[in-house]
Amino acid sequence: MLFADPIAAGPAAIPQDRRALVSLRDVRKSYGAFEVLKGISLDVGKGEVACIIGPSGSGKSTLIRCINGLSPIQDGSITVDGQEVNDPKLDKLSLRRKVGIVFQQYNLFPHKTVLENVMLAPLKVLREPRAQVEERALSLIAKVRLTGKERAYPGELSGGQQQRVAIARSLAMRPEVMLFDEVTAALDPETVKEVLATIRELAAEGMTCILVTHEMGFAREVAHHVYFTDGGVIVEDGPPDRIFREAQDPRTRQFLSQVL
Amino acid sequence: MLELIGPFFRDLNDRTGWNFNVFYDPYEYGRFLAGAATTLQLIGWSLALSLVIGVLGAWAQSARSRALRWGVDAYIQAFRNTPPMIQLLFFYFGLGAFTPAVDMGGYSQPVISSFAWAVIALGIFGGAFNVEIFRAGIEAVPDATLEAAESLCFSRLQTYLYVTLPLAFRISLPALTNNLVSLAKTTSLAYIITVPEMTYVLNQVWSDNLNVPEMMLVLFGFYITVVTLLAAGLHAVERRLVLPGYGR
Ligand SMILES: Nc1ncnc2c1ncn2[C@@H]1O[C@H](COP(=O)(O)OP(=O)(O)OP(=O)(O)O)[C@@H](O)[C@H]1O
Ligand SMILES: [Mg+2]
Repeated sequence: MLFADPIAAGPAAIPQDRRALVSLRDVRKSYGAFEVLKGISLDVGKGEVACIIGPSGSGKSTLIRCINGLSPIQDGSITVDGQEVNDPKLDKLSLRRKVGIVFQQYNLFPHKTVLENVMLAPLKVLREPRAQVEERALSLIAKVRLTGKERAYPGELSGGQQQRVAIARSLAMRPEVMLFDEVTAALDPETVKEVLATIRELAAEGMTCILVTHEMGFAREVAHHVYFTDGGVIVEDGPPDRIFREAQDPRTRQFLSQVL
Repeated sequence: MLELIGPFFRDLNDRTGWNFNVFYDPYEYGRFLAGAATTLQLIGWSLALSLVIGVLGAWAQSARSRALRWGVDAYIQAFRNTPPMIQLLFFYFGLGAFTPAVDMGGYSQPVISSFAWAVIALGIFGGAFNVEIFRAGIEAVPDATLEAAESLCFSRLQTYLYVTLPLAFRISLPALTNNLVSLAKTTSLAYIITVPEMTYVLNQVWSDNLNVPEMMLVLFGFYITVVTLLAAGLHAVERRLVLPGYGR
């Protein structure tokens, strides 16, 4: 596996306070007549790292997008910190502030420098004072190990560097939970490591993370809980050791035998 | 300026009969300068108005109201598919007939001058093309980038201002440059509604002095200079806004 990091000593301990920060109940989502999510339920506690694995087309990205309200759901409920995501009365801003999302294709603002990318939302959306935002942005840029690149444009960075900017940009809004959707899928092996190291640090600091990944070694190392999805349902879930070593469902075993 | 070039052109006229009187006769020189100033102002205001219309029209086309979108489409069809000269005549003689005039003590003057009508007509004409150009630019901004803005809590308006417009503007710039240069040239048509711009002024000069070929050359030279400078300026903007490494 790409991921043989000797210092990594398994997932950080989950804090005692395990109230569910993100909670899904029987979530159903269709595109037209095509049902992509067919009743998904899961709970992610504060400080927990949940990994979602599963074959292509099983609805992982759709699930992630539903959690921060980018796509509406047809049935069931999603709550983040007690707020119902699909409540029409919900102030989307107060929800999205709590949920950071990082996409496979980074999706940085190409006309803004690294520093501007990180600062834009806190300045314009949260309307925080510039000096304070800049200080936080610089420390986040340092955290993702991009000090010195503040004035570079996204087009001048490698994929891995851009992805780390995207993570810093999301963190600048001080979310309570971070969603990662196959954030390393478009990267070459060397840069995958840099990005995973950043996520690992976040997880170790107690950031609640929900990550869709094809990096099984990484999932095994950082996750507290692993969900295997197929055909729009969660086929099997449990602690990584159980899923990866003694999966019960034949679909899980077949999938793992292909990717491991 | 006149002291500098005057003797040369007076001498040229004396020796060869080539009469560039706008470059040595103080009265004609004054007319030339006034015409140049009017043309430059006409270009400036028409281009500015066409840009404002372009941005607002492109925004309206993405509006939820169907009536608004339909209205913008009708406007684009009407003004792209009719000659700008007809549009100038329509505004000046058609609509101009309905606008009030104010008494200026002895004679009455319409509240909208021929110059203002030219700016309005040309701005609306050029704007119809700019709407299409901006729309194409806006459509070329990747949805994923907008979604990133949405997930960072930007409102629709904030996303439009900080992400969509700056990117769409860069994407549109080459087509925009073409249209603005073309619009700058079209301003010479304002001469038919008696705006005292360069074409109109030089026409008067050659009627008075019968030096048509010389004034034609001046007219050519003037427009070549103005249009070259405008194009160079717009290309400089294009170069300044180029994003390092973008679109690799
Ligand atoms: N906007 C959409 N309109 C219609 N169908 C869609 C849309 N987005 C996704 N789908 C369909 O929903 C299904 C699940 O897609 P999704 O992107 O969630 O899968 P995924 O598990 O993330 O796959 P991958 O591992 O390839 O990223 C797919 O069959 C896809 O074709
Ligand atoms: Mg996906």
